[in-house]
Order: sequence, then structure tokens, then C-alpha cells
Amino acid sequence: MTGRATTARVAAPVVFGIAVLVLWQVVVTAAGVPAFLLPAPSAIATQIGAQFPVLLATAGITGGNALVGLVAGFLAGVVLAVLAAGSRLVQELVTPVVLAASAVPIVALAPVFTTMFGSTTEIPRRLVVTVVVIVPVFVSTLRGLRQVQPVHAELMASLAATPWQQARFVRLPGAVPYVMTGLRLAAPAAVVAAIVAEYFGGLQNGLGSRISSAAANTAYARAWAFVAASIALGLLFFLAGLLVERLVTRTRTSR
Amino acid sequence: MTAVSLSGVDKSFGEVRALDGIELTLGDGEFVSLIGPSGCGKSTLLRVVADLEQPTAGTVEVAGKSAHRARLDQEYGIAFQQSGLLEWRTVAENVELPLQVHGMARAERRARAAELLELVGLADFAGSRPSQLSGGMQQRVAIARALAPSPRLLLMDEPFGALDEMTRERMQAELLRIAGESGAAVLFVTHSIPEAVVLSDRVVVMSPRPGRITEIVDGRRPRPGEATDLAPDDVEDVRESGAFFSAITAVREALRKGDAV
Repeated sequence: MTGRATTARVAAPVVFGIAVLVLWQVVVTAAGVPAFLLPAPSAIATQIGAQFPVLLATAGITGGNALVGLVAGFLAGVVLAVLAAGSRLVQELVTPVVLAASAVPIVALAPVFTTMFGSTTEIPRRLVVTVVVIVPVFVSTLRGLRQVQPVHAELMASLAATPWQQARFVRLPGAVPYVMTGLRLAAPAAVVAAIVAEYFGGLQNGLGSRISSAAANTAYARAWAFVAASIALGLLFFLAGLLVERLVTRTRTSR
Repeated sequence: MTAVSLSGVDKSFGEVRALDGIELTLGDGEFVSLIGPSGCGKSTLLRVVADLEQPTAGTVEVAGKSAHRARLDQEYGIAFQQSGLLEWRTVAENVELPLQVHGMARAERRARAAELLELVGLADFAGSRPSQLSGGMQQRVAIARALAPSPRLLLMDEPFGALDEMTRERMQAELLRIAGESGAAVLFVTHSIPEAVVLSDRVVVMSPRPGRITEIVDGRRPRPGEATDLAPDDVEDVRESGAFFSAITAVREALRKGDAV
């Protein structure tokens, strides 16, 4: 790709975003929209400046929860998928449970976990994130493990490879791009889960709890400042997931 | 000693009789092609020799052993129409795969892969990824991989079927050289009459429903250093010789006869 094309690709959304902010500011100021309805971008920016150390600290807590849950859920998802691909029994036991987990609304789990583990620990939030992450990673990994090209299966049969060699040389490496797709999908979802889990009590140290308490105290611009920080955190996880996927699969081309 | 010996081999898939009473022997270092219309069982026959398919009746021996024992001992190497390279491995690592499966030590594997890549003219691409190679080069890697355990027999299922005509002719010349140097017998499935004739010592013509051998025609495989009027030792000369065209005609007539039966 040429430098100019890259510049255009980056510049276009940036210009668009700035235009939206300007329009927002003008509409709010000109029409006198009350702050509880929609604070002006300038008011939110002032709050971001004033609360910056708190924003960083709370984003660190929420990001940490999301990361711990993401890693735990990722490992659990991959291990379960490998077991499910290797044994029919495990597959029939685990698959419906994991798929059912995808239908469980995390809002339903969060208060229950908080009661179970007490409100002085991060464990309930991390558990919610883990449950949310397991599903896409499991589904995607299992699909990858099942997707063995017939010619590769024939080749390994002709080489008299053992089932373990077949898994080590073909199945597992072949599934890596699928595993990475699962990770990329799960990364931003982990942040959403970590924030939403905070809405239901427990420690008051993360972005989600700050948003709900600021809104409850009619500090609307401050609530929006924490929303902005949440968006930034979500984008960070999204980009990190994308980067990891690119790095791991860069030596391959899909054929 | 014979590389392959088939006797009274039948193979049925339910009601379909894919192979019927196949009798065929390949001598050491002999190049034999299987040709026939789709559904004549030529690929099935190759897969029976490879022990990827069990015959319904008859005996199959490879290098004097049962086909099953021969597969476990890596007595044969196999190449398919698709190269089937593992795209996450380098070219050299792909060639090493059969040796790795057989538990050969790393250093020994490396050395053998380097030797084979030299043989197929890809020594400079040892560290490349398969996706960086052309179709013909990928197929050469697949041949190198098939030759890795130094098999006495090479099984090839339309390995050049997906290549363009120019590349295909170049690959045929390469294969003749490689087969000559390695001394391996080759059982080669193809759709192409000229390909079968130019490569083979013998061309086995098959007919479908049920799949059986209708005729065996002498091919025109060039033998380096044994040039005669009938068989020049250069593959390009073979392609332009009258004997080449007469053999093509003989195979074509055999195919037509098989079709009429």
C-alpha cells in the first residue's frame, strides 16, 4: 500500500470524527441542550483533563480485570476445544454447555457472582469476563481443529502417523488462525463484560462503577468522561487482539 | 525383487466394482503409468497399493511385504494432485516431515532435506514458505518429501494435473531425472496419454465398470546412456520421435477398445 493511500485511510475517519464533535458542540450550545440530556464535548474534555489520574487508575483496574478474564477464558476455551476435538464423549458433554453459556446474559450472572464471592474482591468481574470469552474462543478453535484438509489427512495416513503426531503436525498448527480469530473477537467483548459487571455492585474502583456513580450524582459530564475512557480501553483491546492475530498468522496465506 | 506385486485384486464400494481381477507387477526401478477414463479405478488401485484402501479380495505386496507392513515401514513415498504442503512450515521442514514422523534425529533430517532439495533444484528455497513458491515448485517440494525416507517405490496420483502445459513438460523431464537418480520404481496415475508414454516403461490401460486392465502398452521412457533409434535418451528427442507418436496411437486405440467393451 502506498503512503498516500494509508494517509487517506487514516485521515478520513479522523476528519469525520472531528466534524461530528464540532457539530455536537454547536448543537448543544446553540439549542441550549440541558447537561443531563447531553453535555457539550468541551465540558466532557474539561472533565477528562480534571479526572485524568483517576481515569487512568480506573481504566487500569477495569483493563486488568478484562485481561485476566481474557487470558483465563482463552486458555479454558482452547483446552476445552482440544479435548472436545479429541474425544467424542467430551465433545457431547461440553459443547452444549459452552453454547448454552453464550446464551446466558452476563447481567444475570454478575450480581450472583458478587454475592458468592463478596464485594471486596475482583473475582466476580473476572469470572464474568471469563465466561464471556470462553464461548467465541471455544467455537472458533473447535472449528479450526475439525478443518483438516483431506490431502493432509491422506498424507499423514500414508506416513503411518500416530493420532498424536497427526494432532501435533497437522491439526493443532492448522487450527492456529482459527484460535486467533476467536481471540480477536473475544478481546473487545472482554472489556464490555468487565465494565458491565461493575454496574452490579462490588468494589467501586473501575470505569463501570464510576460511570454509574457519576450518573447517579448528576455529574453528567464526568460520567461521559469515563464513557470516553471505556471506549478508549475497548479500542485498545480490539487493536491488541488484531495485532496478535496478524503477528501469529503473518507467515501464512489463505489458499 | 519386485517393487509391487498385485494378484487377483478386487475392490468393491457397495454395489460398485471399482477393481476387478487386477494382476500387475512392477520391477525395481520400473516406471509404470495407469491411464484410463474417470471411474476406471486407477486412483483406487494406487490407493490400494498405498494401503489407504483395503482390497475386497486378492493380495498386494510392496517390496516383498504386505501393503500394510510396507506403509508402516515407509517403503513408499506418495505425491498427490495437490502438493498438500503444510503452509506453516518452511520448505525444508515440509521435506523433513516423513522423517520426523519416523523419529529421525534433527541434524540427520536437516542434512537429508538439504540433499533432496538439491536433487529437485530448490536448494535456495529451503527457508521459504510454500505460499512463496509457484505451483510447479510446490509440486517439486512434494516430490522431495515423498523421496525423503529413500523409498524403493514412488506413488503419484496425477501430480502434474493442476500445472500448465509448459511447466508440466519441464516437471516430466525433472521427474525422469529424479526417478533415474533415486532408482525408485514409480507407479504414476495420469489422464494424459503423452505424459504416460514419455515417462513410462509400460503404460497400463484401464477401462471402467468394472475397473480392469485392458491392455499394457510399451512406453518410451528415455534411458540415459542407453539411446537406441527406438528410444533416444533425451526427453525432448523422445517427444519428437516417430516411436513416441506410434506409442500414443497404440494407447489411444487401447483406450477406445476398452471403452467399446
